[in-house]
Amino acid sequence: MNEIPLSHILFVSTALFFIGAYGFFTRRNMITMLMAIELILNSVNINFVAFNKYLYPDKLDGIFFTIFIITIAAAEAAVAIAIIINLYRSHKSIDVENADELKF
Amino acid sequence: MTANQILFYLISAFILGAGLIAVTARKVFRSAIWLLFSLIGIAAFYFWIRVEFVAAVQIIVYVGGIVVLIIFSIFLTQQSGKEMAKPLQGRAAFSALAVISGFVLTYLLIFQHSFNPATNNSIEGSVANIGSQLLSISEHGYVLPFEVVSILLLAAMIGCIVIAIKSRPETK
Repeated sequence: MNEIPLSHILFVSTALFFIGAYGFFTRRNMITMLMAIELILNSVNINFVAFNKYLYPDKLDGIFFTIFIITIAAAEAAVAIAIIINLYRSHKSIDVENADELKF
Repeated sequence: MTANQILFYLISAFILGAGLIAVTARKVFRSAIWLLFSLIGIAAFYFWIRVEFVAAVQIIVYVGGIVVLIIFSIFLTQQSGKEMAKPLQGRAAFSALAVISGFVLTYLLIFQHSFNPATNNSIEGSVANIGSQLLSISEHGYVLPFEVVSILLLAAMIGCIVIAIKSRPETK
C-alpha cells in the first residue's frame, strides 16, 4: 500500500469529483443528476479513507466518517427518488427545465 | 513496478473510465450500469487499501441498494431505450472548461503540499475494532452520531412514504 504516494490517490478522488461535477452541469434529467451526486459523494469517501490510512493509521475516524456518509447518501437517494416519482406523476417529465413553477 | 502498484493503477483507470462513461452516456439505463461498475471499482479500491468493512458496506449499500433503486425509478419514469437529448453545445463546452480548470487548480494545490505519511503503529480496521468504537460512550466513541443517523434514516423512510404515496380521491 505504501508504494503508492498519497497524491496519486488524491488524483483519483479529485478526478472523480470533477467528473461528477461535469455530469451535474451538463445533464438535465433528474435521475442522471442524482447519479452524478453519488459519484461526488464517493470521491469524498475515497479521500477520507486514504487520509485515514496514510496520515493517521492509529485512528479509525476516517472510516467512521465514510460509514456515516454512505448512510446519509442512502437516505438522500431514497428521498430524491420519492420526489422524482412524485414530480413525474404531476408533470409527466423529470427534466429539470420543465419543473419551473417556483422559478418566478 | 510491483503487482500492488499495477493493481492500483488498473483500479483507478477502471473507476475513472466507468465514471466518465456514466456521466456522458446518452441512454439513461447504460449510464446507470456504468455507474454500477464505477461503484464496484471503488469497492475494489477499498479492498486494495485494506478497509474490508467499508468495502463490504459499499457493495451492500451502493451496489445492492442505491443502484437498484435508481434502476427501478428509471423503469417507473421513462423509456429506458430512448436516447436523451444531447447537452447544448455551449453548456457542455463551458462545463468542461469550468471542470478542467477546477481540477487543475485543485491538483496543483495538492501537488505543492507535501504530506508526511505517519509511521506510528497502525490499528487494524477490523469489524471488532470498528464496532466497539462505534458504540462506545467514552470520549472517542461515536454512539451519539450513530443514534442521530438512525433517527435520520427513520425520518427519511417516513418522508419517502409521505412524498411518494398516491393520494386517493375521497371515497364515501
